Amino acid sequence: MRTIETKVIEIRWFAAYREAAGVATETAHTDAGTAAELFAEMKLKHPALAPYSAALLAINDEMADWSRALKDGDEVLFFPPVAGG
Amino acid sequence: MNNSGLHNFWLADSAIDSTVFREQLGDQTCGACVIFEGWVRNHNEGRAVLRLAYEAHAPMALKEGGIILQEAMQKFAISKAAAVHRQGELALTEAAVVVGVASSHRDAAFQACRYIIDEIKHRLPIWKKEHYADGTAEWVNCRQCAAPHAHGEKHA
Repeated sequence: MRTIETKVIEIRWFAAYREAAGVATETAHTDAGTAAELFAEMKLKHPALAPYSAALLAINDEMADWSRALKDGDEVLFFPPVAGG
Repeated sequence: MNNSGLHNFWLADSAIDSTVFREQLGDQTCGACVIFEGWVRNHNEGRAVLRLAYEAHAPMALKEGGIILQEAMQKFAISKAAAVHRQGELALTEAAVVVGVASSHRDAAFQACRYIIDEIKHRLPIWKKEHYADGTAEWVNCRQCAAPHAHGEKHA
């Protein structure tokens, strides 16, 4: 069994997610093991995020998988689908 | 100018002067220069657009933009490549993105320019918000990220 440890995670929201969360950055004290779990947890905290499905994410400025294990002190960036150009 | 392409991508907070591309790309070995400008147009998917806003995550956009230029240098027979993307508020007719490529012959320059703009649109962490004539605004590409039904969830 995985050990549950409370971690401190810095979260950054972008574009549509930032507007739905109402903040650009926040600090989460969380038991979430993965980015997917953290996203689900944040949807409960920010109901306006509820309709959104997860798109892309980066951890510490590197693109990452939703199943990646979070570490204490990670900075998690939630990206909506991109639309440059 | 660094020929590897890694440092030739940047973000601009104000109007892009595309004449700098001619100076940056200038090379006596090159017989072709292709410059693509993506402009802010007044309509999208049947809606009248008044202005745009771009939001970028600069550290990753700069890094990925440099990688795209480097890939183009490796894939195509070109001598130089550079690109710039705007961030912040843009008015109609302004250039949102400019890509410039110089090469000995034109085929490689056209192909590389097309490659770079397509990759920029798909890979850079840059988001576009359209402000419409009816007073509403929407983040482009994010209509489908708001799933109407819970069973549409991919990752939760």
